Amino acid sequence: MRWESWSQFWAMGGYAVYVWGSVGVTALLMVLEVWQARWAHRAVLNQLKAEQAVAQLPVDEWK
Amino acid sequence: MKSINWFHYAAPQNFYGLAGRMWPGFAVLATAFMLAGLWLGFAVAPSDFQQGEGYRIIFVHVPVSWMSMVVYLAMAFWSVLGLTFNTRLSGMMTRALAPTGALFAFLSLWTGALWGKPMWGTWWVWDARLTSELILFFLYLGYIALTSAIDDTRRSDRAGALIAIVGAINVPIIYFSVKWWNTLHQGASVSLTKGSSMAEVMLWGMLLMALAFWFYTVALVLYRVRTLILQRESHATWVHQLDEVKP
Amino acid sequence: MSGGAFMAVLRRDLLLAMRRKSEVLTAVFFFVVVAALFPLGIGPELNTLRLVAPGVLWVGALLSSMLALQRLFEADYRDGTLEQMALSPTPMPLLISAKLLAHWLVSGVPLVLLAPVLGLQFDLSADALMTLTLGLLLGTPVLSLVGGIGAALTLGVRGGGVLLSLLVLPLFIPVLVFGAGAVEAQASGLGAEAHLSILMAMLLPAAFFSPLACAAALRIALE
Repeated sequence: MRWESWSQFWAMGGYAVYVWGSVGVTALLMVLEVWQARWAHRAVLNQLKAEQAVAQLPVDEWK
Repeated sequence: MKSINWFHYAAPQNFYGLAGRMWPGFAVLATAFMLAGLWLGFAVAPSDFQQGEGYRIIFVHVPVSWMSMVVYLAMAFWSVLGLTFNTRLSGMMTRALAPTGALFAFLSLWTGALWGKPMWGTWWVWDARLTSELILFFLYLGYIALTSAIDDTRRSDRAGALIAIVGAINVPIIYFSVKWWNTLHQGASVSLTKGSSMAEVMLWGMLLMALAFWFYTVALVLYRVRTLILQRESHATWVHQLDEVKP
Repeated sequence: MSGGAFMAVLRRDLLLAMRRKSEVLTAVFFFVVVAALFPLGIGPELNTLRLVAPGVLWVGALLSSMLALQRLFEADYRDGTLEQMALSPTPMPLLISAKLLAHWLVSGVPLVLLAPVLGLQFDLSADALMTLTLGLLLGTPVLSLVGGIGAALTLGVRGGGVLLSLLVLPLFIPVLVFGAGAVEAQASGLGAEAHLSILMAMLLPAAFFSPLACAAALRIALE
């Protein structure tokens, strides 16, 4: 283990802004990307479910 | 060699199932490799003689840069497949790859700038690699913009495929031309890789991270293409019969 | 006869361009304006002007070409001529190369002719002006050829102009690099032969492949 303390780790030898700026933004954007993908998928599923629900109603209720 | 019936999986219905079975495994691999890579890169690897702790950005910068190029090649590959065999799935795969590729290209530029500032004193340098990466980012944006602007799905896919292929041919030309321009200007001759002088731990860390990002991409793209398939095939009977769609 | 069809399309496009002079002049005028305003904006220091001249003039030519690309296929698309071309027995790439040639003659050649004149404002030497002109002579056809692909892909698409610019921008960059680089190389005594030969090396494959790519793109648009 390289680091003697957590504060040393976060400080990154003075390069904290740059290192955590990079790693942080990367992690953030990747998490957002995954969320967005899941959200989009769920939206499509809900849409399809709604269509199915309508399709299964007795015919005169469509009007 | 067992002959796999590739065309079986070219049908969206079958690919939907295959992708559904595959992406979770890749997600797990991505997480595992990411944790291992981050451990090696941030906890184990020693500090660099010249760059101190700041060099650790490479554990993110190098993988995203590689992936931004790999994804573009994958897009070109699927595009060629799509125009040759006229399969709907090819267009969907290309489209599913684009956002991730664009994101990685952006991150490559972002992390590169954050690495450059403390190391060379400047956020940006017109070196061949950086400039080519910037243009690659524009190529991604161009693809996304074009395919979003065309409403007709088939036309959109095929136009996108064409621009992806033309762009892919152009990438080496751009790199070469900028390198040439750069040597004339004798710009900052920086070496972004440390070559064989890199400590073994650093190398392993980078490799693990690269694989992690690759697994991440595969998992996410397979997941995303499933959404696309559902959207486009929404009128098909098999979609109506899916468990997840039953109300 | 294919040769006849080629000449017919060429003649038609040139005639139409002559009749719609304002469209043609807009792009050319843009080039003139860019080249004229830059010295005013940068200041009269001749050394600076000489330094920036290749870049400014080439970027001006690039932007002018981007503007001119919009109307390459527009009119024919709207009035059905493009469909006729797709259906005709003459190979479509041949007809398209005629259109591209006409486009270059009308939009590119004026830039080539104006460049030495405009270059004088930047105090470029006679040799530099020669290199600039030669570079544009080789480069502007590439811009028409490669830009045509973008124009074909964005036919009738909303946001066409901006989208077209975004698409062709990466494709134009090698031309810009070597075109402007040629003048700089000549000015620094290294000689522009290498740069100009590379421009030539870009022109030849582009002349061959671009009509094919344009034809593919147009068929996609016409479906």
